[in-house]
Amino acid sequence: MDLGNFLSALTPLNIALALFGVVAGTVIGSIPGLTATMAVAVLVPITFSMDQASALILLGAIYTGAIYGGAYAAILLNTPGTPSAIATTFDGYPMAKRGDGDLAVALACFASVTGGMIGALALLFLAPPLSQVALAFGPIEYFWLAIFGLSLIASLSSGNLIKGLIGGAFGMILSTVGVAEVSADIRLTFGSQTMIGGFGVVGALIGLYCIPVLIDLVAVPDRHLKVENDMRSVRIGEAARIALRSKFNLIRSSVIGTLVGILPGAGGSVAGLVAYSEARRSAKPDQKFGEGEPDGIMATEAANNATVGGGFIPTLVLGIPGTPPDAVILGALLVQGVRTGPTLFQSNGSIVYTFIYGLIIATILMLPTGLLIGRYAYKSIVKIPKAVLVPSVGFMTIIGTFAIRNSISDVIIMLLLGTFGWVIGRFGFAASPIVLGLILGPIAEQGFVQGWIIGDATGNLLGMFFGRPLSQAIIAFTILSLLYPAFSAWKRSRTEAGR
Amino acid sequence: MLRRTILKSVAAAAIVATTALTANAEITGPVSYIIPFGPGGESDISARLQQPFFKDKFGQELVVSYQPGGGGAVGWATLNGLNGDGQTIMGINLPHIIIQPAQKDVGYTTEGVNAFYMFHFTPDAIVVKADSPYQSLQDLIDDAKANPGAVTMSGSGKASANHLAQIKFDKMAGTTTTYVPFKGTGAAVTALLGGQVKAEWGYTTVGAKQGDAVRMLAVAMEERHPLFPDVPTFKELGFDMVGGAYRGIALPASASAETRQLWSDMIGEINADPEFRQKMLDGGFAMLDVDAAGMEAFMKARVEEYLADAREAGLLQ
Repeated sequence: MDLGNFLSALTPLNIALALFGVVAGTVIGSIPGLTATMAVAVLVPITFSMDQASALILLGAIYTGAIYGGAYAAILLNTPGTPSAIATTFDGYPMAKRGDGDLAVALACFASVTGGMIGALALLFLAPPLSQVALAFGPIEYFWLAIFGLSLIASLSSGNLIKGLIGGAFGMILSTVGVAEVSADIRLTFGSQTMIGGFGVVGALIGLYCIPVLIDLVAVPDRHLKVENDMRSVRIGEAARIALRSKFNLIRSSVIGTLVGILPGAGGSVAGLVAYSEARRSAKPDQKFGEGEPDGIMATEAANNATVGGGFIPTLVLGIPGTPPDAVILGALLVQGVRTGPTLFQSNGSIVYTFIYGLIIATILMLPTGLLIGRYAYKSIVKIPKAVLVPSVGFMTIIGTFAIRNSISDVIIMLLLGTFGWVIGRFGFAASPIVLGLILGPIAEQGFVQGWIIGDATGNLLGMFFGRPLSQAIIAFTILSLLYPAFSAWKRSRTEAGR
Repeated sequence: MLRRTILKSVAAAAIVATTALTANAEITGPVSYIIPFGPGGESDISARLQQPFFKDKFGQELVVSYQPGGGGAVGWATLNGLNGDGQTIMGINLPHIIIQPAQKDVGYTTEGVNAFYMFHFTPDAIVVKADSPYQSLQDLIDDAKANPGAVTMSGSGKASANHLAQIKFDKMAGTTTTYVPFKGTGAAVTALLGGQVKAEWGYTTVGAKQGDAVRMLAVAMEERHPLFPDVPTFKELGFDMVGGAYRGIALPASASAETRQLWSDMIGEINADPEFRQKMLDGGFAMLDVDAAGMEAFMKARVEEYLADAREAGLLQ
């Protein structure tokens, strides 16, 4: 990691590529349905004719930009642009509703840059040792991690626990439809071939989050977002002050994001959810998570951008992609003749380090471009009359869903799921527990089945599920986060009684 | 009357002309190459390796896209509904397209898949960690015989090439091992490297990717893989196992015979390129050349073989 590699990353061409990548990624990521994986996959052939390091810088920049771009739609439309931004909706949309959308977008930008930097620095300095995290996580750890994620349902649906749990269970049932990933059984398709592919996460996200927003936009006469009369042009200073005050939250969330990013079976959505859950657990009593709390946005956005650097750790060191976009980039590397794996840092060190420096440069560039595009996105969403906003967003949801795998039945499923989501929303069922069940259900199921088979074969089922130190730590965190709301309520009542 | 005759003959000429045009099939723009799995697997990587050679030789882009779902079934079920003009092709995998339709109605049939070329296969291999106590295949067999069921082996999916290989080998060697299905080869390798399982049913590609971190005990090839001259074949060790996961490409059923032939020739030409072959071998793949003409006989033999294996293994009713 000498200076030479840093300087070779700094060529005008590479900087231009990083800038282009970040801008293109941000725009693509902000459109629900167009994911980072897709953006990277489409651009891979262009990179064949480029030199290896430049190609990687472009792909890395698009990836990191797309993860940040997912926050715009989450904040302004209550629809995660990418699955990584699910938890951004929890507080981002309430902030936008009360007229703080510009502040939320700026906060997301600061958090994303912080997370991206910490993830990239971990990749630069700690990649070989950290790659062991990916190997320490066995099936059982994934099972418990998924259970930990599901425990977030309890705190998400305060006062409505039963409805939250029903939603979560429903999401888990949805996730079992189609061909089972590990057992190859075909389940719950009711003989219909269109159901064999099951419910895709991205399509379900678009349906469950975006369609209800669109229906409500049409159904009520109010403006989409509240706007102050004097539209303050920039709130960057205010955002920077809030971000600085929450530096501990930012760093903790970035570390969580880096670590979860290293796990090949998890990804940005799980990282965001875990970081959100931790931020919520350690919140001060006056912070109202779920009602527009800046720390909620920052936790998620720092964590999901940290998964970019984190995900590259197993990809480069072990040849095992940390996230789907990493898998595409891994394929591009192989075509370029770069062999990933234990010897990569020695045999192809200069390319790897140039790439990491490129990723850092792209992350830094995200700060000005992100703030600029974010302001533009906010202003246009606020200013556009409803009669234009609704059809254009509606059009985007259909194109986005169709683009996932060129399937019209995915679009129909998305629309039906969306309408269903709006109807049950009237009865107090939120979309998030369903989506959590849909994403975490398969992780829990696979981990459980594999853990059971291994535990049974080695004659130590109990030790398999409860005896491993890492599992015990995750179980402890789960219990803590489940009990914490009750504990803090008890503490509050005691201090009030003591007064 | 005369006018009508002239019109008729003009129309007839036009029809003849268009048929002549289609008979002379050619690729007129970017080709959509659909992989019915997510990125990063063997199907994706071999397609990515073909990409630059296609562009070089035929001047058009090969645009790879992913259409995952149902272990590939979602893609294959839509294949014959796509335009058969030769601008869209789809990756196919064995044993998937044989086992899936035999198990349940998945929206396509094995015979309905218009395969035109099988271009490589990944030979089955037993892989262990570098620090594993199993130095040879015999060590693993001895342990499995002494402790029936306690030898855990990860692999990609159920009723898959890895799973069929495990069942077949257990039968041949008279051992009982426990197969643990994972989501794709990447996850199965992670479990191996993390010490969650004792061995992995994988492919030679795993050995190529992981290098010194793993050791292969045997490979299911006729002769040793050029990349691993020290790894014995199952045959050498007395087990008649040759095979693995075969990969090829198909067109929608509506494609003309000329289009099918054109594609078979083009993929064959890429497969014959020494540089391409070298890249594939370096990645641990084994080359295969089954073209459009030889496809029917090849598929027939594979269908018989896989269905017999699957039935014996109790994977089919």
